[in-house]
Amino acid sequence: MTRNVWITAAVISFAGAAFAQEHVATLRSGTPLADNAEPPAIAKVVNSDLRQVRNYPEQPPLIPHKIDGYQIDLNANQCMQCHSRTAVEVSQAPMISITHFMSRDNQFLASVTPRRYFCNQCHVVQVEARALVENGFVDIDSVLEYVEQNQGSSD
Amino acid sequence: MFGFLRKLWGTIRRPSVHYSLGGLTMGGFIMGVIFWGGFNTALELTNTETFCTGCHEMRDNVFAELKTTIHYSNRSGVRATCPDCHVPHEWTPKIARKMQASKEVWGKIFGTINTREKFLERRLDLAQHEWARLKANDSLECRNCHSAESMDITRQSPRAADFHERLLFTGEKTCIDCHKGIAHELPNMKEAMLEGSVVLSSAQAAASDDLHDYLNQHAQP
Repeated sequence: MTRNVWITAAVISFAGAAFAQEHVATLRSGTPLADNAEPPAIAKVVNSDLRQVRNYPEQPPLIPHKIDGYQIDLNANQCMQCHSRTAVEVSQAPMISITHFMSRDNQFLASVTPRRYFCNQCHVVQVEARALVENGFVDIDSVLEYVEQNQGSSD
Repeated sequence: MFGFLRKLWGTIRRPSVHYSLGGLTMGGFIMGVIFWGGFNTALELTNTETFCTGCHEMRDNVFAELKTTIHYSNRSGVRATCPDCHVPHEWTPKIARKMQASKEVWGKIFGTINTREKFLERRLDLAQHEWARLKANDSLECRNCHSAESMDITRQSPRAADFHERLLFTGEKTCIDCHKGIAHELPNMKEAMLEGSVVLSSAQAAASDDLHDYLNQHAQP
């Protein structure tokens, strides 16, 4: 009797392990650990120049154009060639927001505060690629709409 | 000295005693071909990337930076070498530039930028020379390949198309005004601005002039 229990337990655990190996989702997509997976093709950067929706008001706006080789260092910040306060007349690009002039003590400085200098710490480009993992994010407007619709029934 | 010159002049204007007219003419012609050909060959030899990157100053600084840019590696495999952008293609301006370059030989001999630190210190200065040159010749070396006439702006991104239509085609700006630092890293642009080499809008320039006057009058201790 005990022997049978042990065998059953062993079979179940082996099966479980095999099952897990097949069904655990990884970004390696089934390539054995010792092998190198074939890298996916490099996706194209969205270069539409059309402003994209923000998922929440505080979201740093996405960059709707290529930024290949843009230099951002001690010497120069090439984003500011178009997005600085003085450049927007010629470039017609959106000016960096006033928050970028604020020091951490909420004092407004004459130009970009050092903590906001490195643009692509927050602002990023997008690529034309499928999301690697599913994302269940729901926009706040949808949430509010849902709440409004269901308010009567829940009360 | 004067006697020697007079003797030399006498020799030159006297007809040849020993050599035939044909020999002298042919000799002159052949030597002319050899010297002129040699001169041009030497000129072309100094007009190659191999020559430019033969010195560590260029190889380790500016050439290393070029390698990551689109002018070195791109989808169609057409690339620009050093002289494509830095030496005029036509003969007269080329010779003028080559004579200017004698100062660069001086710099090489006396090690003006023979360390990374010295190079970084002078980067702004060096860049400004090139910007001024390209500004003065309306970005001639850019236009040797990128002609505004052949530019199909419908194939450009909306942003690029707008800029080129508004600023390039109208002649308001030239290539280098916006496309600084496309082939090499930029120097300290704040310093460049302060020195007024970067083109400010006229209003800005006027404002900064006023400010300078004001500061000169009032900021004295």
